[in-house]
Amino acid sequence: MTQSYYEASARERLAAVLDPSSFQEILPPSARVTSPHLRQLDTPAAFDDGIIVGEGRLDGQPVLAAAQEGGFMGGAVGEVHGAKLVGLLERALDTRPTAVLLLVESGGVRLHEANAGLIAVSEVMRAVLAVRGAGIPVIVLDGGQFGCFGGMGIVARLCDTVIISEEGRLGLSGPEVIETTCGVEEFDSRDRALVWRTVGGKHRTLLGEAGELVADATAAFRAAAIRALALTPDLSLEALEREHAALGQRIERFGDCHDAVDIWRALGIEAPERLPLLEAADFNTITAGKRA
Amino acid sequence: METLKFEYRGGRPCNPAQASALAGVVGSGNLEILVEQEPLNGACAVEVVTAAVGFGAIWQAVLDDFFARHPLADVRISINDVGATPAVVSLRLDQAVNAFLGGTA
Repeated sequence: MTQSYYEASARERLAAVLDPSSFQEILPPSARVTSPHLRQLDTPAAFDDGIIVGEGRLDGQPVLAAAQEGGFMGGAVGEVHGAKLVGLLERALDTRPTAVLLLVESGGVRLHEANAGLIAVSEVMRAVLAVRGAGIPVIVLDGGQFGCFGGMGIVARLCDTVIISEEGRLGLSGPEVIETTCGVEEFDSRDRALVWRTVGGKHRTLLGEAGELVADATAAFRAAAIRALALTPDLSLEALEREHAALGQRIERFGDCHDAVDIWRALGIEAPERLPLLEAADFNTITAGKRA
Repeated sequence: METLKFEYRGGRPCNPAQASALAGVVGSGNLEILVEQEPLNGACAVEVVTAAVGFGAIWQAVLDDFFARHPLADVRISINDVGATPAVVSLRLDQAVNAFLGGTA
């Protein structure tokens, strides 16, 4: 039976994605490095502050890995949570693993911790870029129930590649935030089909923001992560300028589109309205060579 | 929030598969349970931090039932709870102890 990545806990995901029994946790729950802020707010803390960090192996290669637990405060980044992530990334500069895997699931900054959370996310961003600059790929896996939004949405796009399932969502402001600030006419966050085709993995892949769409299965994420170990990112200034130019053209090409389906049609995909119904393999076949 | 402490005596020494084990997540209607081996002069010490205030008697009943099924000595059980129901608490206790002793979680 396939194991759903979406339904699994952060610990189950790590165990399934990495080589069996290879994961060694750093600052495990028994270390009790918990949030100093939540207790002051009379809110229960988690022994791992909602993130598991450590080292293990992927296809025999040494990797560092972190997994955010969406079940605890939506995977939101507090001071300790962020510090564990920064510490892991900085460790990569010393131990030089083959890659760093980030199994993200987060609504962004933990608002309970306000500025401490915001600073933590900015430190994570700087650390990701330092690791990439040292030639170590940072690979994001996004397929959890809470998706990846806010500051963690930015972090994900700073990494070398994003492996995503349709259920995995990626964005800056989440659907509820857009509806609250701009009104239900702008975005109905309870319209699941609208939410998935706008912030879901298929659209993110077609826009070129995610590198690969996979089925909602831990084995599929593992296989894609192993493929991503072979990536050799081009970090030259020319490549960066090409990326910026492509992003600038994106608004020119698709600025008049009112729905993701209009963009898929503009990309030359026939009968784009069927895309949400396709399995990952069929989707990848039909959309090959037609990504923005 | 409320912090509740319980201590049980008369348990049997155990031979855990790992020094500590965790079950559950700190989310609404759920809880996390950390089970650790620790020299406690034969006691089983339980500390519950819970968001739901005023349910001490129910915690006592659930933990009495647990200890009757798993009389452990020299074990510390630490719980962070966000209003889990007694059935969920019992399930997570069994999951944590199974992982701790080497069964399946």
